[in-house]
Amino acid sequence: MSTTDSSDVIVIGAGVVGAACAYYAARHGLSVTVLDRGAVAGGTTGAGEGNLLVSDKEPGPELELALISLALWRELSEALPPEIEYEPKGGLVVASAPEGLPALRKLAAGQRAAGVKAEEIPPERLPGLEPHLAPGLAGGVHYPQDAQVQPALAAAHLLRASGARLRLGEEVTGFLKGASGELKGVRTSKGALHAPYVVNAAGAWGGELARLAGATLPLLPRRGFVLVTEPLPQLVRHKVYSAEYVADVASGSAELQTSAVVEGTPAGPVLIGASREQVGFDRSLSTAALRRLAAQAVALFPVLARVRAMRTYAGFRPYLPDHLPAIGHDPTVPGLLHACGHEGAGIGLAPATGLVIARLVTGDKPPLDPGPFGPGRFAGASGTSGTSGRASTPR
Amino acid sequence: MSAEPYDLAVIGAGAAGLAGAVHAAGQGLSVALLDDAAQAGGQFFRHPAPALKAGRPQALHHHWSAFRELRSRLAASAVDHLTGHHVWTVTRDGDLPWAVHALTGADGEEQRPVCIRARALLLATGAYERQLPFPGWTLPGVVSAGGVQAMLKSGLVLPGRRIVVAGSGPLLLAAASSLATAGARVPLVAEAAGYLGYARHPGALAANPGKLAEGALHAKVLARHRVRLSTRSAVTEVHGTDRVEAVTVRRLDRDWRPLPGTGRRIACDALAVGHGLVPRIELATALGCATRQAPDGTSVLVLDDRQQTSVPGLWAAGETGGIGGWQLAAVEGELAALAVAHRLSGRPAPARVRELRRRRDRMRRFAEAMGAAHRPGPGWTHWLQDGTEVCRCEEVTAGSIREAVAELGARDARTVKLLTRAGMGWCQGRMCGAAVACLAAGGGGAAASEERRPFAVPVPLGTLAALDEPN
Repeated sequence: MSTTDSSDVIVIGAGVVGAACAYYAARHGLSVTVLDRGAVAGGTTGAGEGNLLVSDKEPGPELELALISLALWRELSEALPPEIEYEPKGGLVVASAPEGLPALRKLAAGQRAAGVKAEEIPPERLPGLEPHLAPGLAGGVHYPQDAQVQPALAAAHLLRASGARLRLGEEVTGFLKGASGELKGVRTSKGALHAPYVVNAAGAWGGELARLAGATLPLLPRRGFVLVTEPLPQLVRHKVYSAEYVADVASGSAELQTSAVVEGTPAGPVLIGASREQVGFDRSLSTAALRRLAAQAVALFPVLARVRAMRTYAGFRPYLPDHLPAIGHDPTVPGLLHACGHEGAGIGLAPATGLVIARLVTGDKPPLDPGPFGPGRFAGASGTSGTSGRASTPR
Repeated sequence: MSAEPYDLAVIGAGAAGLAGAVHAAGQGLSVALLDDAAQAGGQFFRHPAPALKAGRPQALHHHWSAFRELRSRLAASAVDHLTGHHVWTVTRDGDLPWAVHALTGADGEEQRPVCIRARALLLATGAYERQLPFPGWTLPGVVSAGGVQAMLKSGLVLPGRRIVVAGSGPLLLAAASSLATAGARVPLVAEAAGYLGYARHPGALAANPGKLAEGALHAKVLARHRVRLSTRSAVTEVHGTDRVEAVTVRRLDRDWRPLPGTGRRIACDALAVGHGLVPRIELATALGCATRQAPDGTSVLVLDDRQQTSVPGLWAAGETGGIGGWQLAAVEGELAALAVAHRLSGRPAPARVRELRRRRDRMRRFAEAMGAAHRPGPGWTHWLQDGTEVCRCEEVTAGSIREAVAELGARDARTVKLLTRAGMGWCQGRMCGAAVACLAAGGGGAAASEERRPFAVPVPLGTLAALDEPN
């Protein structure tokens, strides 16, 4: 074996979260190896929309993480090449009927108290922000901090900038452990790699990986479809969605839920997504999901009715029962850290997650209290020990 | 909302679909036959629209009588032939009948969605052309070999006066022969393969004398028009400013790598280029049908002995199970029709099934031998310069695809697409998919692209929004 088979940290998963872990670990002076059984951004990252949102988060630990993360994305947009397509375009959440306004106002007030910039937009000012919005909407809230990146390119350029060793097409088949059960590295389809710390950034497959390491993480996949239209001249300026989206994000229901976020992209196509449903790792097309996405997008922007959808793609957003990611040390396997379970917010939350992981490895002070994200929070709940019966459903 | 479902919906009215539809109707099944085009025939039996009043469309077809028979059987049958129907997806909810979602009517205001229900489905969606890019391939005057055939068959026009034909596969000889017959000058047919590959399958060849006769016929036409055939050669560059003025032809080694010092320039005003066909299977892969890599390097549907895919209730015939030509397609269409009738009615399968299977297997063996001989060699990527456009829709060059693989961690067509946009444009990778998959695999050859395209054609959002709720 070569001498390059040992490093300070092994990150499993070359999606955006793994890339951010690698980037910040390297900036903290650690040597990093990133492993993925597939390609860079080949999993959930590649099936994401690139949402960097504070607008959809209720006050609490996730919002705090998002605020730090969006500030880090701003820094990264200067450090990384323009190909990542960082656009601080802002978000616009609209209420279609007056009944939706009080809840939206209440949410915005709470968010403002937590440090979010949120400006209420009366109905007559909506066309100024979004000329093609449907007439007759009740009003909205503008969130200037919301932004967007092209997720696959963002992950790839973060990884490249990290200088980490990249081993693709290499699947982890087991973990190397010392006498007292502490991790010493991983075994892969191509040999052994040594490191005192291993980061589980395997996204929707993080539950399986945890199990392989002898740990437990009750992670489940939630399927989301995104619709992509033909290229258009700029028609949608912000990330626009209806107030109902926030309720969907916070929901634990297995039913199909949709509240379409509509947004333009620098390349021209408009993205509409995503639906959310718990169906395991099933990629088959759901016309019900597409119908609702399309109907909501057309309701917000009637001009879209004649616009053609070119394609659609499904991704599996990894989520945990309390809808918070797992970021931190595993309670039972020393040396194992988790950085997964970000659901539909992984692109946005990646930098702050990477920074927390790096600080936990070096022993520096994390940028926020990582307690609420501690992977040990599920240990006591006996009901969740059956964990990933669904997550292990083969693709 | 809906009437009684059909017993069988057939998608595609080429040789496979026509045969499938008429034979299923002959077995007493109610059948809907959906197709994009205004008239039946598919790619092979493409013929001028009646309005053109072509005197003898059969002049372009050696097998016109076979088609005429299928067409008159269709006319005499109770099959509902739904022309101008663009199927965009197929779905099934549990044990309910299949739902075939299509768009019909002219683009724009008049276009409307249609949903056809059927208990069984036969996919006969044919194939499209495999493109391997090379410097200059986007210049006006460069046309596909299949495109030439289509132009001649439907519009009766020539793409130029002096036309070089290049690429690999039996379609080259057919195209060159049609062009010469239609009055074009064909200075050269450059075939990248050696043709020796066939010799390794003498059994398959001897069992298919018809194919030999067909080849001999083309050879005779080409000899009469003094068309030269160079094997192990390829057009590696096209020259011209506004349109094709000349091409460079190079000799190739066994792996299709151009041999240095062998370039020669040939003046021409058009180039017809073809590298065989790629099965159109996106409706099936969207349903999760199993695929395999055929000897020609393309991804094809895995079918059982009676043409059923790995998804129960879904049959396929013709090119979708591997490129094999119209005769094989017609046999498979009939076989699938009998299999569906047997499944739906429970009656014993007719004795003819055995005969059809024998003919299918014989023709399949031949087709696979031919496919292996014309499979692109791994050296073809050496034709590409870094600035050569590979994805025409999104203007992505070979250089940026190579960078995505070497520097950014792409490993397959999907991640190349995500990192470069290659394949995200209008054609959704149908044009560049084969080439991108090869480059993503880090070398040449013919890596099969496993792309999923849930929409077989673009769908207006208003149409999607108006879809019926299930039930």
